[in-house]
Amino acid sequence: MSRTTTPPAASPRSRTARGPSAGPAGPDGPRGPRTWIGAQTFSAGFVVKLVLVGLVDALGVYGVLASAAQQQWGVLAFLVAALLVVNLVYFSRRAVPGKYLVPGLVFLLVYQVFVVAYTGWTAFTNYGDGHNSTREDAVEAILVQDEARVPDSPTYALSVVTRGDELAFAVVDPEGDALVGATEQPLEPADGADVEGGRAVALDGYDVLDFAQVVARQSDVFAMRVPLSDDPNDGSLRTTDGSAGYVYASTMVYDEAAGTITDTTTGTVYTADETEGSFVAEDGTALGTGWRVFVGLENFSRVLADPSLRGPFVGVLLWTFGFAIGSVVLTFGLGLFLAITLNDWRVRGRTVYRSLLILPYAFPAFLSALVWRGMLNRDFGFVNQTLLGGAEIPWLTDPVLAKVAVLTVNLWLGFPYMFLICTGALQSIPHEVYEAGRLDGAKPWRMFRSLTMPLLLVSTAPLLISSFAFNFNNFNVVYLTTEGGPQDLSAPVDVGASDILITFVYKIAFGGVNRQYGLACAISILIFLIVATVSAISFRKTRALEELG
Amino acid sequence: MRRSIPVLATALGLSLVLAGCSGGGDEPASGDEPTKPAESAGTLTVWVDDTRSGPVKEVAQTFEADTGVTVKFVQKDFGDIRDDFISQVPTGQGPDIIVGAHDWLGKLVQNGVVAPIELGDKAGDFLDVAIDAMSYDGTLYGLPYSVENIGLVRNNALVSEPTPDTFDALVEQAKAAGTEHSVLIQQDETTGDPYHLYPLQTSFGAPVFATDDTGAYDGSQLAMDTEQGRAFAAYVGKLGAEGVLKTTVSGDIAKEAFLAGQAPYMITGPWNVGDFVDAGMDVSIEPIPSAGGQESQPFVGVQGFFISAKSENALLANEFVVNYLGTEDVQLALYEAGGRAPALSAAVDTIADDPVVAGFAEVGKNGVPMPSIPAMDSVWSDWGATQVAIINQQGDPGEMWTQMCASIAAKIAAA
Repeated sequence: MSRTTTPPAASPRSRTARGPSAGPAGPDGPRGPRTWIGAQTFSAGFVVKLVLVGLVDALGVYGVLASAAQQQWGVLAFLVAALLVVNLVYFSRRAVPGKYLVPGLVFLLVYQVFVVAYTGWTAFTNYGDGHNSTREDAVEAILVQDEARVPDSPTYALSVVTRGDELAFAVVDPEGDALVGATEQPLEPADGADVEGGRAVALDGYDVLDFAQVVARQSDVFAMRVPLSDDPNDGSLRTTDGSAGYVYASTMVYDEAAGTITDTTTGTVYTADETEGSFVAEDGTALGTGWRVFVGLENFSRVLADPSLRGPFVGVLLWTFGFAIGSVVLTFGLGLFLAITLNDWRVRGRTVYRSLLILPYAFPAFLSALVWRGMLNRDFGFVNQTLLGGAEIPWLTDPVLAKVAVLTVNLWLGFPYMFLICTGALQSIPHEVYEAGRLDGAKPWRMFRSLTMPLLLVSTAPLLISSFAFNFNNFNVVYLTTEGGPQDLSAPVDVGASDILITFVYKIAFGGVNRQYGLACAISILIFLIVATVSAISFRKTRALEELG
Repeated sequence: MRRSIPVLATALGLSLVLAGCSGGGDEPASGDEPTKPAESAGTLTVWVDDTRSGPVKEVAQTFEADTGVTVKFVQKDFGDIRDDFISQVPTGQGPDIIVGAHDWLGKLVQNGVVAPIELGDKAGDFLDVAIDAMSYDGTLYGLPYSVENIGLVRNNALVSEPTPDTFDALVEQAKAAGTEHSVLIQQDETTGDPYHLYPLQTSFGAPVFATDDTGAYDGSQLAMDTEQGRAFAAYVGKLGAEGVLKTTVSGDIAKEAFLAGQAPYMITGPWNVGDFVDAGMDVSIEPIPSAGGQESQPFVGVQGFFISAKSENALLANEFVVNYLGTEDVQLALYEAGGRAPALSAAVDTIADDPVVAGFAEVGKNGVPMPSIPAMDSVWSDWGATQVAIINQQGDPGEMWTQMCASIAAKIAAA
């Protein structure tokens, strides 16, 4: 990239335009005004550019306002920076390469760099079930979950009233007496209450709110707790719909300064533990709802040190390599064989065969996998019933056969691609090479080994490497064909014989047992490192092939 | 560059105008409420799935007319609602109300994303099993609208004698019908299906978790790890050996076979029976006979509406859920749309003349709510995979059952 940007910077025009105030109006500026006003301002292209950038700016400014309203300062900073860059690049005459690169770079930042960085960050947290949000949210949830209606307490018909700006509840108790109370003022008999249909409709010194007015202040109304009496153990009155009041009592008390929650019925004190992300009592019991905290390398060390994870992880890792390498070798082998066969001019109807062979590739892969799953059913599947004459082969439930099954399905899905690239590569090998070989007295097998394969690998090796990387993470085929099964009943985590790393991660992150997004992200990063290493080494090796070519 | 300032200014000005226009659409919602309360009193966002969206939208229209509130709907796949809700509520972007199943509750409470609701005296108008299911640790979190459970569906064209009281006798009778299958119980080759086998399991007195005196499940006590549990495992092995149970009979295969008259009985739920009736079959719904001597209790699933713990419109959301969605008309409309029995007692009485729904409701009276505690998530995969192995005669059922219980207990302890 830097190589392409250098020449314009050294060109005479840009030498004059160094500072913001230089450029068109600079010392040797005659060319400047002409390009700005004469050539750009009134040209159609410039107008289009103006409108397009204006639209982008409009969207951007809207995003800035929206993110400010949501107090998302990170997003806001990014939007401001991106807008500045876009405007500078498109209204400057110097940043020509930038004009081509900026859109791609912005999308790269948003959709790749951000996602990778966020995954990386999550891998260092305990994000997952029970550790979902912030400590404030956890405290609120614990307190709300614990607040319970006092058993057998009556329902109060309730009106929301105001005195000045202060909210209060006017209720009619089961005896028919009207009472009024506010947050700091326990219920007391109301003066001059006008009760209609069991509900207070007017009150001396208070304004009764209608529904829309209640809704306008709903969060205040919802948060209101009016004590029944001076004794807090009697509970307090609250409303969830603005028309019915119930008596609630809570046994959990939060002390913000100390960071503790006390259960007043048992006297247990739960202390906030910032390394665990939960409230923990002295005896080690934790409250159910916790929050997200930074846990450092714990997720990574769990994968490598926790025996319940390490065993399955290593087993799955080995099979993932087996699956990815096996898939590449099998699909490439079959694709190459068919390509060579159909490349021979003596085969009749080659175009028909070729089009037929593309069919598995044209059909959506996830549907194919599901169809295969049905066909491999032990008792009712097409494979056993029709092809094997009623054999009862447990394709999906035997640990070894399940692996064979996913490889077979992947072979079916993958060989047309290999067939296509091999056909293309074969046709690009010049005939002269073979003629020279024939003159040297080479037999067909020798010609295949010494001419076809090396020449073919020059162009296909990078595709084989990317195919390996793709199959390393080939979630669809494994999950839709076997769901990773059959399950290993003795393993301490959910893992099956045909699980590859990515389906294993899926089961950790979204599967049955406790969702552990942090751990899943950590394993994703490990997968990325493995694939990146393998690809880097392989590409280095393929350079040797190119030199040979 | 100086001359570019007007250009920039134009662009900025243009963008501000455009931004003003685009932002303008949202303004009135929170704008001048005190003066014009009837215009728009706020907005509620509701996540519903395809089957439920129709009736809920109809109620929302009444609600909008009564209160001036705008109700916004987001249609989602039912299976996605729980996880999206859990991940979006903490960001402040989630909906105010979702439709969901009661067995999500443990996870929703654990993650602190769902708010308790208060039905007051109305709670007594709902079926007890529905209120129990929507409660967690004694607190009610959802408004139930439907209950569903499995039962024994009988093809009256294939058997004429009455359905026997024991499962063994049922299998005898079904085999005597001479069809390809006897009693169809759907399974899955890899994951099994403990849900459809659960009535047989409870008839051995081996529920999945122990319950306390209020009926709440105790996630630390696996009640299957008993002699009764192993007796059930042996019975499953026996059914597998006899070929009554096959892991290869998936839900689709079972349904096709029953539709084709290849079995006199099938254990399934109301979701399939509509198609049987449409196909002109004469079916009736029976209780599932006991296999182990005790009462066979299917899981009861309850569906309902939950309110977000971080809803900024909590009052409106409660008003809509409790006072609008909880009415008989709505419960009946949702029953029409989904074919599931309502959770409101009065609505159940209204549809008593529907033999299918009434039949399932009768079976469901003996049912138990599917546990909603987080520990339940640790149970399914070992439970199903072990039953697959037992049905396929891959080892001693009792030993495999014991190993399964140890594995599940370890997972619960580690979670």
